[in-house]
Amino acid sequence: MSDSHSHDHIAKHVRVYITVFVALLIGTLVTVGMYSVHFESVALTVAIAVIIASVKAFLVAGFFMHLVSEKRSIYTVLAVTGFFFAGLMALTIWAMHDFPDNTANTQQTFHTAPAPAPHVP
Amino acid sequence: MDIPYTTQLREDTNLYNAKVGIWLFLASEVMLFGALFSSYILLRVGAPPGTWPHGLLNIPIGTFNTFVLITSSITVVMAWASLKMGNFGKFKFFQAITLLCALGFLSIKTFEYRDKFIHYEVWKNDGTRMTGHIEGNPWFWNTQMLKDKKLASITFSADAHHYAEPRKHGAEARAGHGGHGEAVQIPAADIKRLSAFVPAHSTYFGIYFTLTALHALHVFGGALVIGYLWGPGAKMWKTDPERFTNRIEVSGLFWHFVDLVWIFLFPVLYLL
Repeated sequence: MSDSHSHDHIAKHVRVYITVFVALLIGTLVTVGMYSVHFESVALTVAIAVIIASVKAFLVAGFFMHLVSEKRSIYTVLAVTGFFFAGLMALTIWAMHDFPDNTANTQQTFHTAPAPAPHVP
Repeated sequence: MDIPYTTQLREDTNLYNAKVGIWLFLASEVMLFGALFSSYILLRVGAPPGTWPHGLLNIPIGTFNTFVLITSSITVVMAWASLKMGNFGKFKFFQAITLLCALGFLSIKTFEYRDKFIHYEVWKNDGTRMTGHIEGNPWFWNTQMLKDKKLASITFSADAHHYAEPRKHGAEARAGHGGHGEAVQIPAADIKRLSAFVPAHSTYFGIYFTLTALHALHVFGGALVIGYLWGPGAKMWKTDPERFTNRIEVSGLFWHFVDLVWIFLFPVLYLL
C-alpha cells in the first residue's frame, strides 16, 4: 500500500474494511451453518469448508493486510512461500496412503501355513 | 546511529525495512503452521475408520471466539487508518478494543482447555468405552494415578453419546458432549485405561493442543507488542509519527496473520 495516502483515500479504505468485516462475520455463520447440513460425501464437506475458509482468508490477506495493492517485492516473497507450501501439501497428499509398515492401517493377520504332514514312508 | 529505512523507502524493495522483515517472518510462519496442518491431515487420514473424534469441542464457544478475533482484526486496521488520518485518540480507542479482544480470546481458550482437562474417557476391560466426568472434577487423572491413589472405584457421570458412535449432525454442536446420564460407580479393577482429554488421550487431542496452543502463544505475543505500542511505546507518536504508524502497520500485519490461521483452524478442528 502506498505510504502517501490522502485523508479521503484512507476514509474510502475504511468503508472497504467495514464491508470486509461484515463479510467475514457472514462467512463464519455460513461455515457453522454448513455443519448442520449433512453431505453424504466427506470430500465434499471438507471441500466446502476449505473453500469458505479460503475466501475468508483472501478477504483478510487481500484487504486488511493490503495484499491486493502491495509492492512487487512482497509478491515475490509470497510466491516463493506459496511454492514451498504447495510442495509441502503435495508431499502430504502423496504420502496419504503410504503408511509405514505395522501401523494401524497396515496391520494384517498373517496365517502361517500348516506344517506339512510328517512324511511316512 | 540511526536505523536506516524506518520511514524512507528503499530503492530496491520500494518498502521500509520493517515491512520487508515482517513479511519474511510471516512467510516462515506459513511454513510452520503449514507443517502442522500437513501433520493434521496425515494423522486424520491415517486414523483407523471411525476412530477420529467428532463433537468433542464446543462449537458455539469456538464460533464466538472466531467473532472475537475477526473483531480484533478490524480494530487493528482501523487503528492504523486512524493514525494515517492523524487521529491519535481514535487509534488508542481501537487498539484498546483489540487488546480486550485478545484478552477475551485467551480467556475463552483457557476456559475451553479447563473443560478438556476435567473431561475423561474410560476404557473398560469388557471393551466398553465412555466419556464423561469424574466426581469432584479432578484435573489430569490417568490410569497410573488410579493405581497410585489406591482407589477402589470412581464415580463417573457418563456423557449421553460417545464420540465413536455415528455422528448426529448438529446434535453435538450445542453442548460439545450433550448432557450426562446418572452417575455410576466404576470399580478401578474394571478400568483398563483412564485419560482426560489431554494430548496423551489420542492423536486428535495431540494435534488439537499443539495447533491451538501454538496459535494462542501467537495471540499472546501479538497482544504484548500491541500493548507496548498502545502504552509506553505510544510516545513515539509525538517525536516520529510516521515511524510509529509504520510500527502499528507491522504489528497489525502479524495480528491479521494470527486471525488468518484461526480462520482455518476453526473449521478443521471444530467442524470437520
